[in-house]
Amino acid sequence: MKNQNVNQKYNEYVEARLPKTKAWPSLFNSFWVGGVICLLGQGINDLLLYLFPYMAMQSAWAWTLIILIFLASLLTALGVYDKIGKFAGGGSIVPITGFSNSISSPAIEFKHEGVIYGTCVKMFTIAGPVIVVGVVASVAVGIIYYIIGLF
Amino acid sequence: MQTIEFKRRPKIIGSYSIVGPKEGQGPFGSFFDYVMKNDLFGEKTYELAERKMFEQAVMGALQSAGLQPNDVDLMLAGDLLNQIISSSFTARAFNMPYLGLFGACSTMAESLATGATLVDSGHFGNVICLTGSHFSTAERQFRFPLELGNQRVPTSQWTATAAGATILSLEGKGPQVVMATFGRVIDYGVVDVNNMGAAMAPSAADTLLTHFKDTGRKPSYYDLIVTGDLGKLGAEILLDLLEDKGIKLGLNYSDCGHCYYTRGQDTMCGGSGCGVSASVLNSYIIKKMKKGEYKKVLFVPTGALMSTTASQQGESIPGVSHAIVLEMGGV
Repeated sequence: MKNQNVNQKYNEYVEARLPKTKAWPSLFNSFWVGGVICLLGQGINDLLLYLFPYMAMQSAWAWTLIILIFLASLLTALGVYDKIGKFAGGGSIVPITGFSNSISSPAIEFKHEGVIYGTCVKMFTIAGPVIVVGVVASVAVGIIYYIIGLF
Repeated sequence: MQTIEFKRRPKIIGSYSIVGPKEGQGPFGSFFDYVMKNDLFGEKTYELAERKMFEQAVMGALQSAGLQPNDVDLMLAGDLLNQIISSSFTARAFNMPYLGLFGACSTMAESLATGATLVDSGHFGNVICLTGSHFSTAERQFRFPLELGNQRVPTSQWTATAAGATILSLEGKGPQVVMATFGRVIDYGVVDVNNMGAAMAPSAADTLLTHFKDTGRKPSYYDLIVTGDLGKLGAEILLDLLEDKGIKLGLNYSDCGHCYYTRGQDTMCGGSGCGVSASVLNSYIIKKMKKGEYKKVLFVPTGALMSTTASQQGESIPGVSHAIVLEMGGV
């Protein structure tokens, strides 16, 4: 019991001493970099529709995503995306480019452990939980949607 | 008694430090024996680079002591990688009798304390103490891939790419290992793996308090009291913890991790890893002692004894630290 008291007191003391992240500058950087990435996506989308007038809207969306994912992977391989991420935080993590970075970075990192046990196994260590949450959430939303539809 | 005195005073007859390019640009840059041009050090993987660093540290220390590999009676080494592969594989390369140690970032003190005890016993002539760490191998084992675009929290520390080797012997000249205080494992329930300074500070405080109690000395007895890699926050916490117990460390106190990088190098709370204290001891401290600028040094590397598995299962982070008294006797 005595030990628990000491630990609790110590952890409260440490908590009070913690250096704080400067919230506003990092939010600002997140905001504008995230915005620029979205703008880029919209730009690619518009360009596709302009270049290929007969392209269906849905195919243009798919192509936009593919291009963004490719660009982010390329920037990851070139060692640029981690610098963007360090600067922008959530701004470059939340868009699909961040998702691409989270898959390509472990794929590169663990290639020395071999194609199967390295690249393939480790590829989803960071993105995996996101995929699981996404799937579970969509199942939950689907069930709610179904129940609402009954009335 | 946790403190023992080495009657025959083993001497540090050889030392060598090797660091990565980022570390070479830090405040200790000009003191290191060798600065690598890049983190891969001409190897295919970072693990191989770490091992090559260890091997060069051994070669360098042997050279500075004027010894051949077969003059060494025992190698005491440890590192941060799973199953301490860098140490064991280095021992394999040199074909030396070997004891692997794990004390996380306190390994330099652990190896010196063990080495000095063995040399003092008279059973071993020359003992080499070796440890180090590599940013890229530690990062992939403990944290995230290098290319992942995330941000570091303000309490985090930067694992140093660095290694150091020390050769102890009764014959020869050099700073003497006079005493060692073997530390207990202390855990105040810190679970944040990004705040290792706070996790380790209580163990440094415990070892220092024990050392001062066992020896009856005051902090002012030493020209330099230096902890390993508590970092900025951890060092501040240590000062607070000691002050609570009525001991005030003065300007003679410093932390290797805290001063390991410059502010512009963006390492948050400073450096961490076995390499920090190992490379500072085997460059700056020993060189300053040989010049006579420091006569009595208390060297207290600190280690966080955690594993990724334990941390993920919610275990708190225990710390350990050992204190080594180094003296430059009768120059």
